[in-house]
Amino acid sequence: MLSGLAAVIALLALLPLGFVVWVALVTGWDTVAAMLFRPKVGELLVNTVLLILLTLPACILLSVTLAWLTERSDMPGARLWAWLSVAPLAIPAFVHSYAWISLWPRFHGLPAGVAVSVVAYFPFLYLPVAAAFRRLDPALEDQAASLGLPPLQVFCRVVLPQLRLAICGGALLVGLHLLAEYGLYVMIRFDTFTTAIVDQFQSTYNGVAANMLAVVLVLCCFALLAFETLARGNRRYARLGSGAARRAAPVRLGRAKPVCLLIPVITALFALGVPVYTLGRWLVAGGTQIWRLNDIGLALGQTLLLCLIGGVATTAAALPMAWLSIRRPSRSNRLLESFYYLASSMPGVVIALALVTVAVRVVLPLYQTLATVLLAYIIMFLPRALVSLRASIAQAPVELEQAAASLGRSPAASLWSVTVRLAAPGAAAGMALSALGIMNELTATQMLAPNGTRTLAMAFWALSSEIDYAGAAPYALIMVLFSLPMTWLLYSQSKRIAGR
Amino acid sequence: MSFLNIRSLSKRYGTVTALDDVDLSVASGSRTAIVGPSGSGKTTLLRIIAGFDTPDRGEVVLDDIVLADGQESVPAHRRGIGVVAQDGALFPHLTIEQNIGFGLDRRAADRPVRIRELMDMVGLDRSMLERSPDQLSGGQQQRVALARALARKPRLMLLDEPFSALDTGLRAATRKAVAQVLSDAGIATILVTHDQSEALSFADQLAVMRSGKLVQVGSPQHVYLHPNDVLTAEFLGEALLLPAQLDGGQADCAFGRIAVNDKDGRGPATIMIRPEQVVLMTSPGLPHSSGDVPTVEAVVVGLDFCGSTSELLLHIGGDRRISLRQPSSDAISVGASVAIGMRGTAHVLKR
Repeated sequence: MLSGLAAVIALLALLPLGFVVWVALVTGWDTVAAMLFRPKVGELLVNTVLLILLTLPACILLSVTLAWLTERSDMPGARLWAWLSVAPLAIPAFVHSYAWISLWPRFHGLPAGVAVSVVAYFPFLYLPVAAAFRRLDPALEDQAASLGLPPLQVFCRVVLPQLRLAICGGALLVGLHLLAEYGLYVMIRFDTFTTAIVDQFQSTYNGVAANMLAVVLVLCCFALLAFETLARGNRRYARLGSGAARRAAPVRLGRAKPVCLLIPVITALFALGVPVYTLGRWLVAGGTQIWRLNDIGLALGQTLLLCLIGGVATTAAALPMAWLSIRRPSRSNRLLESFYYLASSMPGVVIALALVTVAVRVVLPLYQTLATVLLAYIIMFLPRALVSLRASIAQAPVELEQAAASLGRSPAASLWSVTVRLAAPGAAAGMALSALGIMNELTATQMLAPNGTRTLAMAFWALSSEIDYAGAAPYALIMVLFSLPMTWLLYSQSKRIAGR
Repeated sequence: MSFLNIRSLSKRYGTVTALDDVDLSVASGSRTAIVGPSGSGKTTLLRIIAGFDTPDRGEVVLDDIVLADGQESVPAHRRGIGVVAQDGALFPHLTIEQNIGFGLDRRAADRPVRIRELMDMVGLDRSMLERSPDQLSGGQQQRVALARALARKPRLMLLDEPFSALDTGLRAATRKAVAQVLSDAGIATILVTHDQSEALSFADQLAVMRSGKLVQVGSPQHVYLHPNDVLTAEFLGEALLLPAQLDGGQADCAFGRIAVNDKDGRGPATIMIRPEQVVLMTSPGLPHSSGDVPTVEAVVVGLDFCGSTSELLLHIGGDRRISLRQPSSDAISVGASVAIGMRGTAHVLKR
């Protein structure tokens, strides 16, 4: 039954991809060839590949370093730095680039794309890596040392392999964001497939060119997924022993402490200092007249409602698949799960376009309703909920569920009373993450939401597109302020998952 | 000729004293068991010897090389000391072969041969080489952990409750196998355990630990029969503790007048008799002779049958009762009259 449910959700999520494939099929080869084999497409491909190849390693290096410093060393203020390494999540990606571009107006293209992407997205890697560090059993490192390995080799041969799942999962999430992000790259004038698709769509309304580019984008996503599956492998990483792991003693940094301290300081300066400084500057410059309270209040109310409903719906939709992928890790379930990632790797604009077309052609009453925009949110943010749920279901051993079953609970009841309860922190994290995504979502909301909807992100984008940077500042500020508690929740939940 | 020397070792964690002025010597090629209740500091001692922790004070000297002197400490990876942890601590991301070969030079030509030799040594089937640790049973995991630690030919092997996760039958078999392997290799071994019977059967030298102190060190037989205090006596096995009046090598107690191992003591004291020293005869007029063991009459007032042994509650003249574990016999039932006596000498406990 659960597999059926997971399959239905997968089918719904695959609707946009199906739409793209359908368009490609009915378009005819000549048009496809004419649309795809162009220098412009090659240029976009180079941009996208370079962006991923430069951003991902930088994010991984930064996150592993920060996670090690905050979780395993005696760095002063480690808790503060840990929190500051998660906090950039509270700032929407396009607000990051709004901040950079108003500070350095001439900073654009690939370097800007990589720099802003790293500061905007590295927390997606930091969170799972730090959690993995906390879960590591130090007995393994002791054991390796007693077998004659110096500390650096212990790190490479024992610690790093244990971090592999966390690094792969986080890197996949970051990679998917790089492929799907729109606002960030438009502001710094860096062309990716996603920005090109939106351009095409807005300029021509002739979906063919946009859809052809989406096909290539989907292929990029395929490549990313395949690479992640390859890198993840199929080894077991769970701790073998019984009982609770001892807590690792912090490594003394000694004389390297000031140098090490520079890493989180510089990161926080760019990831938090730049947006805070820019926003503060615009807020001061704009004075009281940028606070049009009626507009702001309305946008705020609508945004919060969408976040709440969307967050709950997304997590509920991810639950069956999360459970299956941990407890029934068969080839077919892995394939099914990859459909979820695949579906949500589609840029918001393609999902929106597909849903618009389906609504108009098949179920007209659903056009521009809450149901359609919610479906778009679910499709887009499923992986956020899935990754969090999966990690915490993996913490709830199957033996507990079997114990519940042997005590007379039905499968559904034991799932509810054991796994769901134990996975609750992960579910909460998943909800917070998806709500955070919804709050900052722009393109799909704009295209799908019922008439008269104006979320914070929509208002911000409209104003900053008119170069009214000061007028946009209050909306950015509110988005950041509302995202902060959710980010804090995420941070503390990730601590609790590891039991500390 | 002692091989490992530990002198006045102390370690505190915050306000908790984990080790308090511990001295211990281990002879080369010998087997030492450190036994004590949980929280007594035995694992801390092991971790300091292994180099996973540094002591606050005191030194650890192995083969005339100072490994730790106060907070100055040789790191674990330069000590050449093998460790087998409680749950094996196998690397979950590596196969059995990679686990065993972990400490071996990866380019060494004889590496595959060595790994297979080690597998044979600990009695593991070679078909397991490609398996991953979670496909092995607990006993097999411990054997892999032992093989992995042996691969580096350590001078000293530390075993941190390595058998406690195994079930009873497997436990004794694995313990014997491990002891055999280590003896054959001539490696000095320290076993930490909270299981007294494991410690007694494994060790040449037994060290009893309590609240961070080594309260008694000696051969297992000696410590078992001549414990320094009541807690040690009871920790190492069942003990009959009786109030007695000493009188120069003799004592008056519930068993009548019996021999004790204290030639000079006089006055009130506590004496200890192990249950196996007690001779029990169903009276009256039994065929088997009591020899020259003096006996006293008693009545069975309670009986708890536990299979091969039974727990008896005996009422001896006056209102004295003692409880005693004896081999089960259908001649004994509640209400039966028996005669009890004692073989050998009773041990006088120090105050």
